[in-house]
Amino acid sequence: MIEVRNLSKHFRDKKRGEIRAVDDVSFRCEPGQIYGLLGANGAGKTTTLRMLATILEPTSGTAIVCGHDIVEHPEKVRADVGFLSTATALYPRLSARELVQYFGRLNGLDDAILKTRVDKIFDRLDMNGFRDRRCDKLSTGMKQKTSIARTLVHNPAVMIFDEPTLGLDIMTARTITAFIRECRDLGKTVIFSTHIMSEVEKLCDVIGIIQNGKLLAEGTLQQLREKYGEQDLEEIFVKVVAPHYVSSEDH
Amino acid sequence: MSLRNIGIVYRKELTEAVRDRRTMISSILIPLFLFPILTFGIGYAFVEVAGEAAREPSKIMILGGEDSPDVVKELKNARNLRVVPRSADYVDQISDKKIRAAVEIPPGFQAAVARGEHPDVKIYIFKDDLKSMHGAIRIEKLFIEYRDTIVRGRLASDHLPESLMKPFDIEQQNVVSDEKVAGESYGGLITYLVILMSMTGAMYPAMDLTAGEKERGTMETILSSPIDRTHLVFGKFFVVLTASLATAMLSALSMGGSFSILSRLAKDQSIGEGFPMLTMHPKTVIAVLMMTLPVAVLFSAVLMTISLFAKTFKEAQSYLTPMTFVVIVPAIAAVLPGIELTSKLALVPILNVSLLCKELVTGTYHWNYIALIFFCTCVYAGIALFLAVKMFQRESVLFSS
Repeated sequence: MIEVRNLSKHFRDKKRGEIRAVDDVSFRCEPGQIYGLLGANGAGKTTTLRMLATILEPTSGTAIVCGHDIVEHPEKVRADVGFLSTATALYPRLSARELVQYFGRLNGLDDAILKTRVDKIFDRLDMNGFRDRRCDKLSTGMKQKTSIARTLVHNPAVMIFDEPTLGLDIMTARTITAFIRECRDLGKTVIFSTHIMSEVEKLCDVIGIIQNGKLLAEGTLQQLREKYGEQDLEEIFVKVVAPHYVSSEDH
Repeated sequence: MSLRNIGIVYRKELTEAVRDRRTMISSILIPLFLFPILTFGIGYAFVEVAGEAAREPSKIMILGGEDSPDVVKELKNARNLRVVPRSADYVDQISDKKIRAAVEIPPGFQAAVARGEHPDVKIYIFKDDLKSMHGAIRIEKLFIEYRDTIVRGRLASDHLPESLMKPFDIEQQNVVSDEKVAGESYGGLITYLVILMSMTGAMYPAMDLTAGEKERGTMETILSSPIDRTHLVFGKFFVVLTASLATAMLSALSMGGSFSILSRLAKDQSIGEGFPMLTMHPKTVIAVLMMTLPVAVLFSAVLMTISLFAKTFKEAQSYLTPMTFVVIVPAIAAVLPGIELTSKLALVPILNVSLLCKELVTGTYHWNYIALIFFCTCVYAGIALFLAVKMFQRESVLFSS
């Protein structure tokens, strides 16, 4: 389970002064649930998820991930989290198998367990055809599968996906969305950030809309439809982030 | 501190480094082939140039001397001189290396000498030009022989002994071993090259493991794993250190091999006479490598820390290029003659180790300096390593983009 409590992250910029990338954000995500963090570019999605993955340290507030405080015990949190984004690239000079094994070892798996785990994941993701091929020689789809295998190797209870389908072709993106669903079905706690409305509609159990670092709205798709009187998620999103914006259809 | 985790990172980074062509070229191939090429290339060129200068007769011009036929005849008959016709533009000809020297014999030179006067002979040269210097020495030698013949004749006519010309002899005698002489001559150069190579060996992996990782987008991947960042830095640092030490050791091996072959060739060809050959005892080699160890730690940590500020490999290269000069200046200062180890210089990083290694190569062991320099280099290396760990924990450095 993830419980985010008043999480904030401020950056200092020489020209713009203090930037509140994430401002007092709180939400919960239960096991077997997909929480979709929806926002425009620069809304604060990546910073929030990086803090939950303990890659960045919060300025204030905290979050409890699988019972561990992200500020107090970041290593324990990372051991329970699988983090995947388009920014998490692969080591080009390692083979797919070596890469997955490396992350398994970093997660404390011994060689016997690791071998069984890697074989199982490679079978499941149909990766045996390229298991010993170097990552810089893999196609985009193969790379995505290898990334998925990396996040799964230590069987984490929490999965964090930061815009995982950004820039991918339809087939590769479908592999990712299928994998996210599978994680939920396995009872994992899943957080997923995107700015693609259709993905949110298809995948998310709970949606949080974030803008300028603030969580402006939260609820199931049905709850948001009722609250904002709109069926289309895009219209709901616009009403939340820019309430004074009048669409061309209204003219 | 988890040695297991450091070991995991070390093994993985080393595997990647070994598979990287650029790292292998900078850490293995260059040190292996640079020294033989330099040693034999420069040695061959030197022998060729020096040999040619020694064999070739020097083209000279005689200015005046019409009334001194004996001297002119001697000059013209000398086998190692070739006299060219007199010309007013002798200065230009020397400057353009058309002739090597010109000798000006004053009017009435022979008669003046016979009268016991003290006329001056001038030799015009191109200073520091090897062939011009050869020409001048040959002319001077001829005139000294002419002068000695006259003095001997005068002494004989007065029934005086020849020893009056030279009432006593002065002789310089070397009392130190060939090893020390060689160490003094070019021991500094060897340690300078080993130190320089330990830095160049560390440079590429330091950039690849920090800025390269950021550029490839794998930094976020590794930071999302449970490994402690300190362990991550140490794992990477030990790979950079391995590359640095491997390059330094291979350089030392390749240099030792090159010198050994060169000294044998020189002996066989009888061209190395009077040239001190360096023989390094295993004790000296171990001592030099022991002193190189903290320097390599210092280089590895400093280069990693600086590279970490760069977002791309190219940016890191532009940051580290000035570092080469920071190392070259103190290291080359140790090669200069006259600079010796003092307690103040023992505190200057790199220069201190360079000077100490130069002494070690000559077989001199100042234990107080060895302890002081090893200690303070370890302190500098520790500070650099501490900074590297701190920088790895700063978000503004890791995510500078």
